[in-house]
Amino acid sequence: MMNSPRSPDDRSVIAFSDVTHGYGGSPLLHGVSVRIAPGSFHFLTGPSGAGKTTLLKLCYRDLVPQQGSVSVFGQETAQMDRDAVALLRRRVGVVHQDCRFLDHLTIDENVALPVTVSGRHIDPAELGELLAWVGLSRRAGALPAELSGGERQRAALARAVITAPEILIADEPTGNLDWDMSLRLLTLLVELNRMGKTILIATHDLNLIRAAKTQVSARVLRIANRRVELAGADL
Amino acid sequence: MTRVFDHVIAVIAGRGPANRIVPPSGATVWPTVLAAGAMAFLAVFALSVALATDRLADRWADSLAHSATVRVTVAPDQADQAVDSVLRILAQTPGIAEARALDQQEISQLLAPWLGAELPLEDLPLPRLIEIRETDAGFDAESLRLRLSAEVPGAELDDHARWRRPLVLAAGRIRALGMVSLGLIVAAMAAMVTLAARAALAANRQVIEVLRLVGARDAYIARAFVRRFTHRAGTGALVGTLVGMSAIALLPGPAQEGAGFLSGLGFRGAEWLLPLVIPVVAAIVAFAATRAAARGALREVQ
Repeated sequence: MMNSPRSPDDRSVIAFSDVTHGYGGSPLLHGVSVRIAPGSFHFLTGPSGAGKTTLLKLCYRDLVPQQGSVSVFGQETAQMDRDAVALLRRRVGVVHQDCRFLDHLTIDENVALPVTVSGRHIDPAELGELLAWVGLSRRAGALPAELSGGERQRAALARAVITAPEILIADEPTGNLDWDMSLRLLTLLVELNRMGKTILIATHDLNLIRAAKTQVSARVLRIANRRVELAGADL
Repeated sequence: MTRVFDHVIAVIAGRGPANRIVPPSGATVWPTVLAAGAMAFLAVFALSVALATDRLADRWADSLAHSATVRVTVAPDQADQAVDSVLRILAQTPGIAEARALDQQEISQLLAPWLGAELPLEDLPLPRLIEIRETDAGFDAESLRLRLSAEVPGAELDDHARWRRPLVLAAGRIRALGMVSLGLIVAAMAAMVTLAARAALAANRQVIEVLRLVGARDAYIARAFVRRFTHRAGTGALVGTLVGMSAIALLPGPAQEGAGFLSGLGFRGAEWLLPLVIPVVAAIVAFAATRAAARGALREVQ
């Protein structure tokens, strides 16, 4: 799945083809070719500043590659108009390290936001079930500022999955969490993967990766020297 | 149909899920409402002035358009004969409904404001005046002037054109100024709402980014801001309009002595409905201005 050209029968949900991207004229990623298969579980690791967040942003079209192409669900992201980008993001759930909530909305309103903006009404029972799944039933009416770091991450996860996206991307989701809370979040992500969701998590927490490998068949992509490589047993 | 109605009500009331996504408070709330209110208040007065000038111009035109005067300046012993000749000519002239020579007392009353009531006018060599009332079709002033000068030397026709023209011109200009004022007020309101909307959009950039990240289309986000600003500007303008209308209603009426020009500033009858268009125009202006600002701001967010 690494650094290989796409074949005609390619079923990958995310495909990078010779992607170069950087800031200020200096490439952070260079000639990256990656394909992510549907239903797979990938970790993306590497030192701080290596380009993990940049690679994730290229996946949900927050960035457009300066060279090469990124395709998601077979569509090249650079060719998408703004409405197509919005529709793409309904199929790709994203959990940010800083969660990024609307501070004036309650947690249940924030979690329901992807449904609200799509013009549909959320079934309160389904929302209740989702909040119970992430253990936030009692915090539904709280504002984001009233939540702990772990609660915020779980709320962000609930928001990311409420539209039943096919891909879930998480950027350092356990960065601000203690180990117990990290494992709890990991368990939720593994559950989602068992439901058939494609999971891509950027993290530098090797313990989390090792813990995940005991529960699920996870591949590890490592960014090194501006390229992405498949990490082996050295983890 | 019910959904459309609910949508309209939600916009007017500033409710609905889409409206919740824009933070309810912000530094631009009160300046927007206040400025829209102030602009609407001024617009009510500008409209009132424009309408009053329109009425004034019509009144001046009407009162002067269908009347004329013949002034007969001859030696006192020939005055009666000259007046009779003029009246005979006028009776033969098509377009003249009535011609009547003013008597000495009426001439005295006309001059009293300038020369005083006590002046012995009978001792003065005053010209004789003949008042003419035209038919709707009017008469040919040039032909009548030529005939009078030929048959009654000393008789001079004054069809009030030289008085009427500058008055109507002035009234037209004042009316145009009123309209220009209204246009400027609308433009200023559009500029103000645009600035407020841009400030709010800049302040809420993070909100816009989050909305885009969770899959909101540009149209959805723009609509949320447009609703909020349309509601604010419409509400402010409605209050400003009502206050302006109340102020106009409190102006001295035509019946009140000493009211002078102020008595003409009010609205008459159905004219009272016209200011109610101002909040609607304000809302439309806010809608267009905010939509343009929102589209510009959204282009800066992926």
